[in-house]
Amino acid sequence: MSDKKMKLKLHVYRQASKDAAGAMKEYVVEDVSEHMSFLEMMDHLNEQLMNKGEEPIAFDHDCREGICGMCSMVINGIPHGGHRGVTACQLHMRHFKDGDEIFVEPWRARAFPVLRDLVVDRQAFDRIVAAGGYVSINTGGAPDANALPISKKEADLSMDAAACIGCGACVAACKNASAMLFVAAKASHLNHLPQGEPERYERVKKMAAQMDAEGFGTCSNYSSCEAVCPKEISVRVIAEFNRDLLKAQAK
Amino acid sequence: MNLDAKIPEGPIEQKWSKHKLALPLVNPANKRKHKVIIVGTGLAGASAAATLSELGYQVEVFCFQDSPRRAHSIAAQGGINAAKNYQNDGDSVRRLAYDTVKGGDYRSREANVYRLAEVSANIIDQCVAQGVPFAREYGGHLANRSFGGAQVSRTFYARGQTGQQLLLGAYQALEKQVNAGAVKMHSRHEMLELVVVDGHARGIVTRDLVTGKLEAWAGDTVVLATGGYGNVFYLSTNAKGSNVTATWRAAKKGAGFANPCYTQIHPTCIPQAGDYQSKLTLMSESLRNDGRVWVPKKAGDARKPAQIPEEERDYYLERKYPSFGNLAPRDISSRAAKQVCDEGRGVGPGGRGVYLDFADAIKRVGKQVISERYGNLFDMYATITGDDPYTVPMRIYPAVHYTMGGLWVDYNLMSNLPGLHVIGEANFSDHGANRLGASALMQGLADGYFVLPYTISAYLATAKQPKLTSDHPEFKKAVDDARARMTKLLNVKGKRTVDSFHRELGVLLWNKCGMGRTEKGLKELLIEIPRLREEFWRNVNVPGSAESLNQALEKAGRVADFFEFAEVLVLDALDRDESCGGHFREEHEDQGEAKRDDEKFQHVSVWEWKGEGQAPVRHKEPLVFESFKPSIRSYK
Repeated sequence: MSDKKMKLKLHVYRQASKDAAGAMKEYVVEDVSEHMSFLEMMDHLNEQLMNKGEEPIAFDHDCREGICGMCSMVINGIPHGGHRGVTACQLHMRHFKDGDEIFVEPWRARAFPVLRDLVVDRQAFDRIVAAGGYVSINTGGAPDANALPISKKEADLSMDAAACIGCGACVAACKNASAMLFVAAKASHLNHLPQGEPERYERVKKMAAQMDAEGFGTCSNYSSCEAVCPKEISVRVIAEFNRDLLKAQAK
Repeated sequence: MNLDAKIPEGPIEQKWSKHKLALPLVNPANKRKHKVIIVGTGLAGASAAATLSELGYQVEVFCFQDSPRRAHSIAAQGGINAAKNYQNDGDSVRRLAYDTVKGGDYRSREANVYRLAEVSANIIDQCVAQGVPFAREYGGHLANRSFGGAQVSRTFYARGQTGQQLLLGAYQALEKQVNAGAVKMHSRHEMLELVVVDGHARGIVTRDLVTGKLEAWAGDTVVLATGGYGNVFYLSTNAKGSNVTATWRAAKKGAGFANPCYTQIHPTCIPQAGDYQSKLTLMSESLRNDGRVWVPKKAGDARKPAQIPEEERDYYLERKYPSFGNLAPRDISSRAAKQVCDEGRGVGPGGRGVYLDFADAIKRVGKQVISERYGNLFDMYATITGDDPYTVPMRIYPAVHYTMGGLWVDYNLMSNLPGLHVIGEANFSDHGANRLGASALMQGLADGYFVLPYTISAYLATAKQPKLTSDHPEFKKAVDDARARMTKLLNVKGKRTVDSFHRELGVLLWNKCGMGRTEKGLKELLIEIPRLREEFWRNVNVPGSAESLNQALEKAGRVADFFEFAEVLVLDALDRDESCGGHFREEHEDQGEAKRDDEKFQHVSVWEWKGEGQAPVRHKEPLVFESFKPSIRSYK
């Protein structure tokens, strides 16, 4: 396994706290291995900064295998960096070359305020789920799991939507900062299952209302969300959501 | 230290149902007077929070992530076991319990395990009712697959994202209760202290990770659902934030820490690629259903895998364990991989890797079917390594994955410290010295949905502790202690970063307290760890302040706790002079297999903290096997 070392110029968004003004700052990072993930490259830069007595760049991350949804960076203008189906933590430096200039910014949306540097507040997503993104069943008394067969096709459509990791890249990519792909994916996950059917129309109404209240924009069908979604969730969920919302409003 | 396990009397099949009847109840009107503080929102924490609040308790929940949905349970790939016997292949509650007790190498508490197997079927029912999209057959019924250490197909799964889907089910149930005003949720809050008043756990101190504000929270009982301590090794498959702080802080307040040396090394992870590496990535054990593990027969064979003819390959798991083959349990498969690499037959950079080959499976069922079964895992492997596993065998190597040890709990999941409940990976009770695949998800949800909601009343109905608020002096003191520790870390102003210490600690532990352990190596660690810890407190560089979002400070606090905890882990490994499950003392082996010493070590080792500079004291809970007689654990 070869290991090419690179020297990169980074422009990173720095903001000291929620209310402070932010700005792009330039850094040179050396000895970057092509086998590093993008976040390991950021760790490497942070080690260099701390060894020089500077404060490291704050960024959200946790599982580093593309499933927790915590990492959230706009890399060269594209959320998660523009490789299909990967989060920033799975983006590897072999896709860059020596001397590259890279721009790193946080998710930008009014509903996702910056807390520090690349860290944003995504609790709006939790509040949207709390508004109706569940089946109202308490623990206990569930019937046997095989009592109600569900066609493989419907179960697969549900699972396709349930793959959403709630990272918010869809919002960051949208010129309207709309949360439609996230919201519609949650609704589609539940609405394709018989267990979700009783609350189907109430669910879309409540989630749509909360989405508006949080300050997300409206969807104008550009599909940038689908292009950046690390789980490659299809905009068909948005069509489904709009159809259900129309029906719900007519009821 | 009082280690009465409170195991109910009677035949094992009746213990749990009799116990449920015998448990005191808290009447509905009184439930709302009790406040339950829950730390952690993985499968155990989120399911407990939702269920307890549905029952009427006031629930206050904390997690350090930005959303409860991000807890590390989300990363579990393969599946969840349940004794449903949907496949008609002879599964039963008893068989699941037996497999789990045997898989744990007769070092778990059989009554707890039997209860786990009993409630396993309810978990699947509950999750389906919540809308968890488990894999289904064309007829619309649930699909199953087999997993390591079992000869029946009892594992339910949702593609390679089972943990995520189960956690979303629990998270959604939690958010439903948040919406109803029944749960107060605090994300980006890290627990830094447990508060004990008159010998009872009564609350916690947290740090708001955005503002740095320290706050005290009082309640009637505290539930820790804070996961495992695998990151003490620095490199593991755990999320970067996973840590021992909550359980270790509780241990320092009097909770016994049980079996810390029981750590699970998972056999199928992507090998380490360089020194900069921040974590290791797991490849689901389910891959071993179709992948065949092999290395070249000849040491130092540097040919490409395709150039090595069939007769020059050693399919060592199939050779050594013909009845379980590639589905041998994790500890056994990991150890076998280490052995062939130690013999110089490992593959890839540094010779620390073995092949996991799908060529035969692709020939048998076609690329399409393999892609349907494992597509996302193959993609993940290709993304990380740049190799295509459809054409080139995967390279895998064992990595730290799970910790069976944890805070000691009785049958009611309460620690020896009254009022402190511990659930999920954070406790010790169900997996013994080795956990079988697809059992962690089962245990987390069993504890949270179906066990703690019953047993918590045993404490709340009888404790009769006075109401108190966070103005009580013990809370003020705990806040002061947390602040003093942070100030101390910030004031060292040394030369080395937190990560550099953490990496070094991890390498020490991995080399001498990882897959193979010896008395000599462990004794060396008892000198090296304190030496490194001393340097940490003298030379660590933690920039920034305590009054802001400061990730270096967060890490420093966790690593400081890992340093103290690591020493107890090593002491336990030294004290347990036998091999069992994932704990392999090289002095005790029989043709490479772990050799238990039931005479001397058929007990839980529970460590009591005695203060800085004092040796911790080991207590014992004897393990009694009435239903599953200990035997030599063979998978041959």
